[in-house]
Amino acid sequence: MKLTQGCFSFLPDLTDEQITKQIQYALNKSWALSIEYTDDPHPRNNYWEMWGLPLFDMKDPAAVLFEINMCKKAKPNFYVKCVAFDNTRGTESAVLSFIVQRPAYEPGFRLSRQEVQGRNLVYTLEAYSVSAKPEGERY
Amino acid sequence: MSQAVESRTRIKSERYESGVIPYAKMGYWDPEYVIKDTDILALFRCTPQPGVDPVEAAAALAGESSTATWTVVWTDLLTACDLYRAKAFRVDPVPSAADTYFCYIAYDIDLFEEGSLANLTASIIGNIFGFKAVKALRLEDMRFPVALLKTYQGPATGVVVERERMDKFGRPLLGATVKPKLGLSGKNYGRVVFEGLKGGLDFLKDDENINSQPFMRYRERFLYSMEGVNHAACLTGEVKGHYLNTTAATMEDMYERANFARDLGSVIVMIDLVIGYTAIQSMGKWSRDNDVILHLHRAGNSTYSRQKNHGMNFRVICKWMRMSGCDHIHAGTVVGKLEGDPLMIKGFYNTLLDTKTEVNLPQGLFFAQDWASLRKCVPVASGGIHCGQMHQLINYLGDDVVLQFGGGTIGHPDGIQAGATANRVALECMVLARNEGRDYIAEGPQILRDAAKTCGPLQTALDLWKDITFNYASTDTADFVETATANV
Repeated sequence: MKLTQGCFSFLPDLTDEQITKQIQYALNKSWALSIEYTDDPHPRNNYWEMWGLPLFDMKDPAAVLFEINMCKKAKPNFYVKCVAFDNTRGTESAVLSFIVQRPAYEPGFRLSRQEVQGRNLVYTLEAYSVSAKPEGERY
Repeated sequence: MSQAVESRTRIKSERYESGVIPYAKMGYWDPEYVIKDTDILALFRCTPQPGVDPVEAAAALAGESSTATWTVVWTDLLTACDLYRAKAFRVDPVPSAADTYFCYIAYDIDLFEEGSLANLTASIIGNIFGFKAVKALRLEDMRFPVALLKTYQGPATGVVVERERMDKFGRPLLGATVKPKLGLSGKNYGRVVFEGLKGGLDFLKDDENINSQPFMRYRERFLYSMEGVNHAACLTGEVKGHYLNTTAATMEDMYERANFARDLGSVIVMIDLVIGYTAIQSMGKWSRDNDVILHLHRAGNSTYSRQKNHGMNFRVICKWMRMSGCDHIHAGTVVGKLEGDPLMIKGFYNTLLDTKTEVNLPQGLFFAQDWASLRKCVPVASGGIHCGQMHQLINYLGDDVVLQFGGGTIGHPDGIQAGATANRVALECMVLARNEGRDYIAEGPQILRDAAKTCGPLQTALDLWKDITFNYASTDTADFVETATANV
């Protein structure tokens, strides 16, 4: 299973050169970049761990890429994503998000279906890796 | 005292003498009128009957859409009547059409009930469209003051929150409408939902005329569709949705269906424009109260929005629907099978997404408009579009849009999943290229061909639909003179 969250997950994994161009695009628009990682990829896990604060002052794409690669190195079996924030009035939210690293093996999710009243089902998603092992030992 | 009391008390003022006097003389025409920040403004394209003076026609529109009736009434004098009289204040000939005029009318804010679209529209598009003195009439644009907008809820969710809930940032959202529109059983219907979502779409969608018919009652559709949504979310790790159409005969039925959708965990429900303004506002409120996104299908709009000389421009519908609480509205594709001039469509999109709209005559935006923090309504592009047009779609429509490929997904020769994947890969490769600073409009076809080298379904789709275009002249384009028409 390939987790397809983020902007470019249907494309081949991005190279450093491609990542740099996306960073440059964000910087050109005065967006702040942030690096986040997790080993709990549930689609509604809204709070991945932050690799430090968002890089509000960093204007050099190479410096942002350096932090991405430091994160990858420190968390080799984690999902890592790069997120851009736009603080313009009326937006004030993330405006770009793409995965830059994923674990070598992605076992995916189990869908549990609980039959309740009538024919209704209550659905629960659970990542196999999360059920199997504690945080930090999952991939 | 030889006179009878009736004669002695009869009103002597020329203005209030009984009988019929021109509307312009009744106080509905004031070329010197100073527009107040709190006024509602309307622009009509008016074709008076032969022999009717355009100023008198404009005054008649102002009169009949506010206080006037065909004759003088003394009861006006019991009110601060000048305030309640709408004022036609400007009449310009339409540049490209003989005997047709742009008529500007201002309405005081107290003519309207707060937060009620039904009340607003009963005045603005109430009597006047059947008025004998005008041959044809079209409502082109409106300006709403901040004071009035603050009494409307606006989109229940808005694009920013929708993206946060859906966890989709930096690209247009992708959808498809289940086909065939009619006849599928619940189980077969859910299959289409599952396949499309698993293949890479964010949303699937009920069509406008799928409600609760004999071949598939709504509960059946809702249950199977949600199985498709959840199963696809499981296999992709993404948040997915299906617009469950709650349109029904009565408000009670609609609430019942919407509540069922919510209980099943659907992130979005859907309504049709034909349910009416009051029902739409009710569903906007319900959606805000239940944390559900509200999709509006504009079923029926072309009956009155398409012809240039009569009816109302779709941009006015866009404004009303943003005010009344819709999160999504179908607003044209430019390149697809349905009506739409590129600049006009851009105007609709700006109307739905801007925080402040500037005057833009080529886009048909006659008034500047501060949207008073009303959330942003997402335009939906649907109808005859396919992945080979991706560069044009992104160029014309931008990021904040739902691109809906119905036939372009389900008509893929290798199946619905393959169709969905082709669309998703086409979208991602084009956004990537645009962000990289490439000339993606010119290089679009090559960018798609390159991406297809690692995506068989995209190659198949490009081969199949390479020659499909819909090049017809638009019936609705802007009429303006670059310098003559000033900001108001």
